Amino acid sequence: MARATKRRSRRGETFMAVLFLLCGLVVIGWVGVIALYLVVSGLPVLVSYGPLRFLFGQVWASTAPDPQLGIFPFLATSVVGTVCALLVGAPVGVLTAIYLSKLARPKLAGVVRPAVELLAGIPSVVYGLMGLLLLCPFLMRVFRWKSGATLLAAVVVLTVMILPTLISVSESALLAVPPEYEEASFALGATQVETIWKVSVPAARSGIVAGLVLGIGRAIGEAMAVLMVAGNVPNLPWFSRPVTFLTTAIAKEMGYATGVQRQALFSIGLVLFGFVVLLNGVLHWVLRGGKHS
Amino acid sequence: MNHRRAVRRRVTDALLRGGIYASAAGVVVVLAAMLGYVFYRGLPQLTWSFLTGQRSELAGTVGIFPNLLTTLYLIVLTLLLAMPIGIGGAIYLNEYAPSCRLAAGISFAAETLAGIPSILYGLVGYLIFVPLVGRACVLAGGLTLSVMVLPLILRTTQEALKTVPVSYREGAAALGATKWHLLRTIVLPEALDGILGGGILAVGRILGESAALLLTAGTGYQLIPNLGKALRSSGGTLSVMLYVAVSERGEYQVGFAIAALLLLLGLFINAGVRGCRYLRKKRGERNAATSQRHHHS
Repeated sequence: MARATKRRSRRGETFMAVLFLLCGLVVIGWVGVIALYLVVSGLPVLVSYGPLRFLFGQVWASTAPDPQLGIFPFLATSVVGTVCALLVGAPVGVLTAIYLSKLARPKLAGVVRPAVELLAGIPSVVYGLMGLLLLCPFLMRVFRWKSGATLLAAVVVLTVMILPTLISVSESALLAVPPEYEEASFALGATQVETIWKVSVPAARSGIVAGLVLGIGRAIGEAMAVLMVAGNVPNLPWFSRPVTFLTTAIAKEMGYATGVQRQALFSIGLVLFGFVVLLNGVLHWVLRGGKHS
Repeated sequence: MNHRRAVRRRVTDALLRGGIYASAAGVVVVLAAMLGYVFYRGLPQLTWSFLTGQRSELAGTVGIFPNLLTTLYLIVLTLLLAMPIGIGGAIYLNEYAPSCRLAAGISFAAETLAGIPSILYGLVGYLIFVPLVGRACVLAGGLTLSVMVLPLILRTTQEALKTVPVSYREGAAALGATKWHLLRTIVLPEALDGILGGGILAVGRILGESAALLLTAGTGYQLIPNLGKALRSSGGTLSVMLYVAVSERGEYQVGFAIAALLLLLGLFINAGVRGCRYLRKKRGERNAATSQRHHHS
């Protein structure tokens, strides 16, 4: 009797272990399935149209009788938009993280930290709404443009959207700096700001860079907010022009696309996936580099 | 010479300090401005008839009740699909993981999933789940989102499991408890608040999602009383309807009303996550106190 119970319980043990293993394998499986589907559906047009012509062609006219499928305007816009958002967002994000981790009095940090969390939780369509009805009219009036829906509007919206990522990752990196480093710096007569700038930030370098990479990923993948404020014309990127990003090209045309146009949109998805994989690789490299040094 | 250096030092110090304070203040101001403006324009629109009514061009009414239902269905469906797999995967990673390489593979896969933009989830859902179910509908949307929130649930569960003290496991193992028994009776109940927090975070993610749903769940706004039929019909969540109202119909009032509702729900979710975190912290202190007492005796 006791032996039977024991055997049953051992069988139950094995069953649960296998079940949990399967759950883990499902996660790996999904990555494989997603990669496979994107490659299989995205590759045909990329190959038949010619990869270089596709990536560096300047004209996108997917609905023309003789479709032109150059995605260089989207590619350039995504890169320029992301870089600009990072150029503004990175200093603000890192400085805010410094404030939260080193300078803030607990009561004030208790205001700023929830603000960052709330900002992270705001849906992208709400950012889009604010951009469309507040930012775009503002830009139009200030610069006397015909329309405010431009690259500049998209960059501003993206900057705000990546801030929470930059701040929270940098903050945890700065909090992880051993206090002995900073104490040693104080003991040598450095001021608080000097200590932060010359000791804490360099020590938290790899974490801060990881935050920047995650921010890049967030910016390059954002679709809906940008769709609402960027104007959606396949122009080469310039601040005063309406532009289309890689993501918005997919979001805008997918609903009604057929045939080659549809397949070309899958190819854009594949290009975007390429960026994501690349960023993931960079992230891994940064974090591992930080651990070894 | 020395004097000039001291001045320069003080100036750099002041400049950096100014930049730091200005940045932190900027973040708070941006949030306050957004909340203020959305509530100012949206809250007055958020009436009972708007919440319980239904959009109808014939009757000239606006309402989001069907979309509230769609959002609710989608949240329940997604969590039902994603929670078991995410929690199971986390348990495997944290409690079993016999071969390091496999565990590293699962972690890497979860990180990769977390980095994939939602528009690509939309594309993949459109390629896999929409043909599988037959059309763009709530069911296809839920399947898509269940893959999207999987890494979030896995990571938060894993973190919660990590906070359960090793001494608990060792104690139970010394008493002859098997692994599953130990998990079921001690580890999982201890980690419950953390797992719950992850679930709430996932709800927030689903509420705010739009790019992945536009192609997979559609933009339907009809009230369908039959649950089975509702799951198999096109349905737009609150976020998706916000986009449709603003970008396709130019109904800014409706947009602001939905935005205000989304922000209110966001505040609730934030409070829920904080509550779970607070419970976990309390538990951590209690555990520390208990183990200290044991050491002394």
